Amino acid sequence: MIYAAGVDVGSTQTKAIVIRGDGSVAGRSLIATGANVVAAAEEAFLGAVREAGIEEADVGFIIGTGYGRYRVTFGHAQVTEISCHARGAAYLFPDTRTVLDMGGQDTKAIRVRPDGEVVDFCMNDKCAAGTGRFLQAAAFALEIPLDELGSTALRAQRPVRISTTCTVFAESEVLSWLARGKRIEDILMGVHRSIAGRSIALLTRVGIEEAVTFTGGVARNPAMVHVLSELLGHALHVSEESHYMGALGAALFARDRVREGRTASVPGGAA
Amino acid sequence: MGTAATDTIVGRGTNEGGRLIRAWFEQLSDTAERGGDAAYVFVMGSMAEVLRAFDLPVVFPEINSLQTAVRRVAHDYLGAAEDYGYSPDVCGYVKADVAVQLRGGTHPMGRIPRPTLAVLTTACSTYIKWAEIWERMHGTRVFTLDVPSSRHAHHHSRPGDPDFESDRRYVEHQIRELIGLCERITATRFDLDRLREVLRLTNEMIRGWRRLLELNRARPAPFNALLEGTIYLGVLNALRGTPEGSAYFRDLIEETEYKVARGIGALPDERYRLFFVGVPCYPIFRRFYELFAEWGGNFVSSSYLWFASGGLDLGVEYDLDRPIESLAEGVLQSVRHAVDSMMFQDRALVAAVDDYALDGIVYHPVKSCRTVSTGLADGRIALMRARGDVMTLYLESDMMDRRVVSEAQLKNRVDAFFEGLASRKLRAMG
Repeated sequence: MIYAAGVDVGSTQTKAIVIRGDGSVAGRSLIATGANVVAAAEEAFLGAVREAGIEEADVGFIIGTGYGRYRVTFGHAQVTEISCHARGAAYLFPDTRTVLDMGGQDTKAIRVRPDGEVVDFCMNDKCAAGTGRFLQAAAFALEIPLDELGSTALRAQRPVRISTTCTVFAESEVLSWLARGKRIEDILMGVHRSIAGRSIALLTRVGIEEAVTFTGGVARNPAMVHVLSELLGHALHVSEESHYMGALGAALFARDRVREGRTASVPGGAA
Repeated sequence: MGTAATDTIVGRGTNEGGRLIRAWFEQLSDTAERGGDAAYVFVMGSMAEVLRAFDLPVVFPEINSLQTAVRRVAHDYLGAAEDYGYSPDVCGYVKADVAVQLRGGTHPMGRIPRPTLAVLTTACSTYIKWAEIWERMHGTRVFTLDVPSSRHAHHHSRPGDPDFESDRRYVEHQIRELIGLCERITATRFDLDRLREVLRLTNEMIRGWRRLLELNRARPAPFNALLEGTIYLGVLNALRGTPEGSAYFRDLIEETEYKVARGIGALPDERYRLFFVGVPCYPIFRRFYELFAEWGGNFVSSSYLWFASGGLDLGVEYDLDRPIESLAEGVLQSVRHAVDSMMFQDRALVAAVDDYALDGIVYHPVKSCRTVSTGLADGRIALMRARGDVMTLYLESDMMDRRVVSEAQLKNRVDAFFEGLASRKLRAMG
């Protein structure tokens, strides 16, 4: 059997997925990206290969995605994470028409066709407001571990209103609410609502069409899922694999190449 | 004509355009060294014809500013203006010019003379505040030509309409005031025949410009609207109403027709035909073009070639039998058209989709120009409703300030745009 792989080199984490010919996941791996992007890509890929119980040579085509996609030096082609998240979301949830991907440094709203082809997309502009980084800044200021942010925020009773949209200034605003005696839970929920509000604005720009699938690392945060559902007025698709969605989409594109019998660079791909 | 002819003709417009622009800046430097008079004007409604009739050297501060960005020194000029107290949010063109003025005209292309006179239209509100800076700094005489705008979206009054005629008389009266002011400043009597000759030369350039834009409907398109188009546009503005400008466009049309006849495209392999909406990203001018060219994407036209040409793409020619009246007509139509090209461009873009066989449209709002950028979000939505078959890309950066130009983010969006275009093309092929 010829396998296909996707390696998603993000700003904070690098994810790799190896899939079989039928699209099922054979192996996956997630590591911190760190300073050596090339090494992170290699390590993540090898981790997924190991978990799949196969040899590197069994992988017929590898596609790199994410900001570090051109640093996947052993990859055969690169595809943006915008196309990959769209493809992965439409694969796992075939009724997906809108994708919200919230990652470490950017948030993307993507409108897709039933086959996962991108119809339109938009992203946050040049600052990190409305992204996972904003949550990270708040977590740091409140000394809460990242994976406890969501559950803590869900205990809020009277959420505060966070007015800043600047990630740098978020920390000082959080501290000012603390100084005014506000509860950590209420402050955190305010942070989640602030980010969710900006994400809804992005979704509106591309046009919100159901079903909406939420992808990216922040999709694992239950408070963010809750607030987004509340603002949208309907439930979101969220997968256990949400943080692997880019790598999965890349692997699916790689599987297309395998099926076409290609093992070299993709015509129409960027230089 | 064979390869030798191709070598001689192809690229001539780019090379000669560069030479003419450099020569123009040299003349401005000479004027500055002599302490001579100069008139500052803007691209939308420049009134260059009236000023040339008085032999006043014409300076385009917008061109000076964008040149600092293309030559990668804009940050130095912007920094100087911000150190002086201007906010990072103020128009980058204004700030670069303020720095030029504070530095006694020092500019990467030479030395810019001080403004004796500034002539501006109400096409952009920043023009008015910008000229007030020169008024305070240098005591410059400022003449503001109030050009009545379109009454509402998609309504253009035409010559012969009652509204148009009253607006035309209003503009003509102001032009006569401007002529009187130029007579006083230069101590020269106005020569109607001289104006007629300048207008005749502008008419030749207008015909050339319109023909040039039409020629780019060919497949492959003979020039890139961002790369070569900006050079052609520079000559059109800087040498408007001059024999050199007229000769340049005659040669340029010959070159472009030659390329079209032989299928010589701007790109070796034109795979996608694109339209650019907005002002170019001058801080990474060539790289921005390459982000698209690497995918075989060619900008076959742009709204910039409409509004920054002062509406000359309309092809309105001056009636040499009644020069001043006709000039008023031309200014009224071209300034309105230039403004509408920024604010209400959606219908024109819908038409361009078929005229230019477009695959996609790239919207480029910039941080430091609200005039150009404000209508783009609406325009994009309207276009997508009318032509759902055309893919669009919304890219935010700046025309001057590299601090808000993130190449990695731009590339990510551009690559995703082309992935979508490639996928559509494959699907269309079945």
